[in-house]
Amino acid sequence: MSIIEQAPALLVIIPLLSALLVNMAGLINRQYCFPFAILGILGSFTASVITLIQVMENGVISYRLGGWPPPFGIEYVVDHFNGLVLVTISFVSLMAVIFSKESIKQELPEKIPQFYTLFILLVTGLLGMTITGDAFNLYVLLEISALTGYALIAMGDNRALVASFNYVIMGTIGASFYLLGVGHLYIMTGSLNMADLLTILPGLYSVNAIFIALLLILVGTWIKMAFFPLHGWLPNAYTYAPSAAGCLVAPLVTKVSVYIMIRIMLSVFSPLYVYSIAGLSETIVWMAVVAILSGSILALAQTDFRKMLTYLIVAEVGYMVGGAWLASSIGLTGAILHIVNDALMTLCLFLFAGIVIYKRGGHQLQDLAGLYKKMPVTMAAFTLGALSMIGVPPTAGFFSKWYLILGAIDAGHYHFMAALLISSLVNAILFFKVIEIAYFEPMVDHHGSHSEAVIIDEAPLSMLVPLIIVALSLIIVGLYSGDIVTNIIHHAVPTGLL
Amino acid sequence: MESIISSYNYWIYILLMMIGLYAMLAKNNLVKKVIGMSIFQTAIIVFYVSISAKEHASIPIIAHGSGHGAVEAAIDITHYANPLPHVLMLTAIVVSVGTLGVALAICLGIYRRYNSLEEDEIQEQLQ
Repeated sequence: MSIIEQAPALLVIIPLLSALLVNMAGLINRQYCFPFAILGILGSFTASVITLIQVMENGVISYRLGGWPPPFGIEYVVDHFNGLVLVTISFVSLMAVIFSKESIKQELPEKIPQFYTLFILLVTGLLGMTITGDAFNLYVLLEISALTGYALIAMGDNRALVASFNYVIMGTIGASFYLLGVGHLYIMTGSLNMADLLTILPGLYSVNAIFIALLLILVGTWIKMAFFPLHGWLPNAYTYAPSAAGCLVAPLVTKVSVYIMIRIMLSVFSPLYVYSIAGLSETIVWMAVVAILSGSILALAQTDFRKMLTYLIVAEVGYMVGGAWLASSIGLTGAILHIVNDALMTLCLFLFAGIVIYKRGGHQLQDLAGLYKKMPVTMAAFTLGALSMIGVPPTAGFFSKWYLILGAIDAGHYHFMAALLISSLVNAILFFKVIEIAYFEPMVDHHGSHSEAVIIDEAPLSMLVPLIIVALSLIIVGLYSGDIVTNIIHHAVPTGLL
Repeated sequence: MESIISSYNYWIYILLMMIGLYAMLAKNNLVKKVIGMSIFQTAIIVFYVSISAKEHASIPIIAHGSGHGAVEAAIDITHYANPLPHVLMLTAIVVSVGTLGVALAICLGIYRRYNSLEEDEIQEQLQ
């Protein structure tokens, strides 16, 4: 057996082991933590790229952990869909970990080993959730990533502890609902393997317990992804998290939950069941419309830059949930593409927010004043991220939004299309407001710590480089989105939809 | 009435779950919320464990299976409880202990900072 064949297991095991190493290295010398963390995530990134290439060449990979055949053993399944998500997760975490070096030195100098251990365990949990083909294994990894997420957020400033406590309560309710749903499936089928469930369930479609299981799992994942009106925990938790932790959790946790929802819809229940028999499409698309509009409007009302971004995440979750439930293959393509694009866009904006916190000591909108003159490169990258969020071609955000709108027309859900357009308009207003403040308003210093004339210039290279790479990747992903759709996402979308 | 008695295990878990949910959402004290969370998770454990039970069945250990091979033919699955939900719940218990630990650690941090565990008093200080 060559090492290439082991790549699906390695991409989870490498970060898991490096979390252990980081923790031990931290006991000897704090400075050893960062290199081990980078090595772990770099290894995982390499393994996930190798896995995706293998999937594109040879089709779906099924990796049996310990050699036990499914449905008895736990199986890792990599197809085009989660191959793409795996590469996205490991790329985003690689950028976030490079960024974290300076930011953690400034914000949490005492807790470097703990921070990196939790950081890498969170990445492990997210990768594991994405790759697993077992419904119960997914629950365990969901909780691993959630627990590390709570702890990472609690490390933040002042209000982070209270925000994190609310997140613990809500997150536990969400995970428990998921577990309960899986329990219902287990009672009815006696199996926990996703592929096995997919073959057993068609005979049971008329049973109420299956419908209840679907509802429980949906509500569970909705709480985890902060789907309006279950979003209450998100804005405060992500606003007050340490800036490096924000760069990891904000782009990834909600997106992976969306991935899980789509995975459960397509690979446990079938498109036939979720779109036709369950009869939920209409309602959920309406809920998504409400989510998009409320997220956008709440974002307009914020004076805190980071909090504004968190409400935009709530709106973006509405995009993806709506797209997934349009019951049209173009809409689903848009939702899957948007998982990748939104992870990159959110990362870009949160990296920028992290740099602003590093340089200006705050994340109010007023802290951005005058920054175009002082840090032109950073602001150029931010502008790219903002344009992508608005949906201006050729940035990535435009293409997924385009697919979502086409899907909405295809499925005849014009209210969803209207919500997407209104939300783009609101994003345009929001970001031009931000750009106006940063471009025209003079810099005012109102943070006590910066009272002596601090020179505000470009961020250190280790912060700037990830931001530039991510901003450029928005354009690259945008330009190649046609190839991504035909070569990867096309295989992930089930045939037989509209 | 008949349906309540015949499936009383489900009613017990629903009752426990509602108690937990009530405490998590309505209580003012953070530790009480954490206790509610623990009850909520325990309800799900009760649910899983109860579905593995069978009437007149014993623990899933093959008693007369001396030696390897040869004896499997005589095993009747109705004589043994289903072991899988128990194993799953071992993992779920570990997870809930972990959650409890994190939640209590956060409570400790909140108490050190705000000198209170009452939600309204903390909110007042946050204003």
